[in-house]
Amino acid sequence: MTSVMVSRLRQKQIAQLISSGKRLDGRGLTDYRPIQIETGIIERAEGSARVLLGKTEVMVGVKIEVGEPFADRPNEGVLTVNTELVPLASPTFEAGPPGEESMELARVVDRGVRESKAIDLEKLCIIQGKKAWVVFVDVYVLNHDGNLIDASALAALAALMNTKVFKHEVKDDEVVIKPGFIKLPIVNYPVEVTFADINGRLVVDPWLDEEEVMDARLTMAFDKDSRLCAMQKGGTGTLSPQQILEAASVAEKKAEELRKLVVKS
Amino acid sequence: MTEKPTLVSEKGLRTDGRKANELRPLKLEVGILSNADGSAYIEQGKNKILAAVYGPREVHPRHLALPERALLRCRYHMAPFSVQERKSPAPSRREVELSKVIRQALEPAIFLDKFPRTSIDLFIEVLQADGGTRCAGVTIASLALADAGIPMRDLVASCAAGKADGQLILDLNDAEDKEGEADVPLALMPNSNAVALLQMDGLLTIGEFDQVMQLALDGCKRIYAQQKEALKAKYLAIKEEAEEAEEE
Amino acid sequence: MPFLLENRQIVTPGDLLAEGDYLSGNNTHRDDSKIYASRLGLVEYKGRRVQVVALNTFYVPAVGDLVVGKIVEANLHGWTVDINSPYTATLKASEALNRPFRPQRDELSEFLDVGDLVLAKVIAYDRTRDPTLTIREPDLGKITNGQIVSVSPAKIPRIIGRKGSMITLLKKETRCSITVGQNGLVAIRGRNQGDEQLAVLAIQKIEQEAHTSGLTDRVSEMIRTERGSVG
Repeated sequence: MTSVMVSRLRQKQIAQLISSGKRLDGRGLTDYRPIQIETGIIERAEGSARVLLGKTEVMVGVKIEVGEPFADRPNEGVLTVNTELVPLASPTFEAGPPGEESMELARVVDRGVRESKAIDLEKLCIIQGKKAWVVFVDVYVLNHDGNLIDASALAALAALMNTKVFKHEVKDDEVVIKPGFIKLPIVNYPVEVTFADINGRLVVDPWLDEEEVMDARLTMAFDKDSRLCAMQKGGTGTLSPQQILEAASVAEKKAEELRKLVVKS
Repeated sequence: MTEKPTLVSEKGLRTDGRKANELRPLKLEVGILSNADGSAYIEQGKNKILAAVYGPREVHPRHLALPERALLRCRYHMAPFSVQERKSPAPSRREVELSKVIRQALEPAIFLDKFPRTSIDLFIEVLQADGGTRCAGVTIASLALADAGIPMRDLVASCAAGKADGQLILDLNDAEDKEGEADVPLALMPNSNAVALLQMDGLLTIGEFDQVMQLALDGCKRIYAQQKEALKAKYLAIKEEAEEAEEE
Repeated sequence: MPFLLENRQIVTPGDLLAEGDYLSGNNTHRDDSKIYASRLGLVEYKGRRVQVVALNTFYVPAVGDLVVGKIVEANLHGWTVDINSPYTATLKASEALNRPFRPQRDELSEFLDVGDLVLAKVIAYDRTRDPTLTIREPDLGKITNGQIVSVSPAKIPRIIGRKGSMITLLKKETRCSITVGQNGLVAIRGRNQGDEQLAVLAIQKIEQEAHTSGLTDRVSEMIRTERGSVG
């Protein structure tokens, strides 16, 4: 159908199946769709990754440039996350400045990376108060088939781990780029896990049709030591504290599984 | 003052090892996005570009609908990480111009009058740029339109030719485009030998332009053959598999 | 040699199919004495007629077509229906109710609401206006259970088969009631989900392999194998 709205019949089927612990695509309630991760695919970027989560496809490019540090953090580098929901990814995306969905996605991905202090920003200071490395993380959604948050967060982490920073030296207050690179200093590995609440049951990694029928959405980000570093509830429905705690317990395990796909140790 | 880099050596070899009339190796894939009605992807040198078509579909906003034919809209856009210095996601003047030029290259190929009051929306996203992105965009846009089942007179194949270090060359890469003497992007509908896109910047005599154009036309015809292969590839693979299964 | 290619060869837009005094059939166009393909598909030569069986198309309505639609809006006098086409369809209340429509007393959304699926027939359509539908005939109306499979409309003839051979086979082997919408949507209703799922898999296989030969046998075998593994 050309309209993305899910028919009543399908909504009923999805809800019925979930009540009996199954999903329309055969997955269990806590299963992720098949995941593929590729890194280093955009040479022009300092770091890059492409994630396929089922049919959802997200590409992240990281660019590093010399800029100014924030006034209140003069000895740190700068992290900025931007997302583009480009029109080719879905019939519901329109060209133009970021709307609320795009903004929320950018900020939720940003929060996971920032709060876990994944990037050692102090190492990115060049001249205190004047010059620092700015890390631009650009999330490009290429095909929307549900759960953009987890796919984007995974791609962002993979891209950051793959990122090189130019070697440099400071001469008379000017930054001079030298040949060679160092790896972007990554000291933590945040992973985000999203649930959809459908008729009171929480399912992990909702695909597009499940997102259309969900009452609420819950995202939790964990760092490498299983500490929560970000959370976001979405949707107009509500959740009980019980559900939230149960979700946290499931999310912790799923985050570990996902992290292993990116961090090969 | 920085020294101008050598683009074409005395032996006639270019920075990427090619001869003057060699195309960059090309990889074309069709039907790679599940939401779009039609899609295609190209890798050419360091170019990595994606094209997708939605349509024919209802026009939004309604008042733009044309009573006698489909409205073709095109958006050429570059990802912030696609170029050396990060580019702001907001459309630049160049992207607006290229969107128009690409749209006008594809319009003559489509039977627009078969679908009045609809729109055909074409999106080209440059994931990595290495010169000749508008040509690559037209090439894959044709494939995306065909993949979407939109009836066409012919495929549109596109390629650029130009001049660098005094030599006439085919399929300019980024350095040749920026530092060379002339760049002529061209798009062709080979059946009718009809040029649908033509631009030029730099300096050329008419005689040189004629030769450059011949180079570009020839390049387009070679790319056309590869476009056809790419469209058939998916179906031929399924056919082979099915025939093998039969034999077992 | 007038026929330039082998019958049922895959052709792309712009491929030259024939030259001379021939008729330009479906998905082909003529330029002077030359006939070219307009769509990706299989070329077929039938007497003096050349046509292309397209591998992928979108649905353009035709009067009399049976379609599966989804209600996207309830208006004052009827509904707006998504029929998987570039053109949105309208279903007037007078074409849905079997009695006169009383705007003051009839609440349309009680009858059909946004998100409901219907089996309908196209009763009017031309270049100047959007298609209109009816559900007043027997066997038409709201679809309340079963599954809907979506395929490219180009594959519908293959799902029906020559003289209905394929659809008859599907109904028999899956024990499901299968209604084929010309717009690429197929409504399946079986005695249980297992049977319905078999029908879905079979139809998806037909869509994928529509351009190959020996398909009927392979589909039949697939259904038997799948059924056997489920038990």
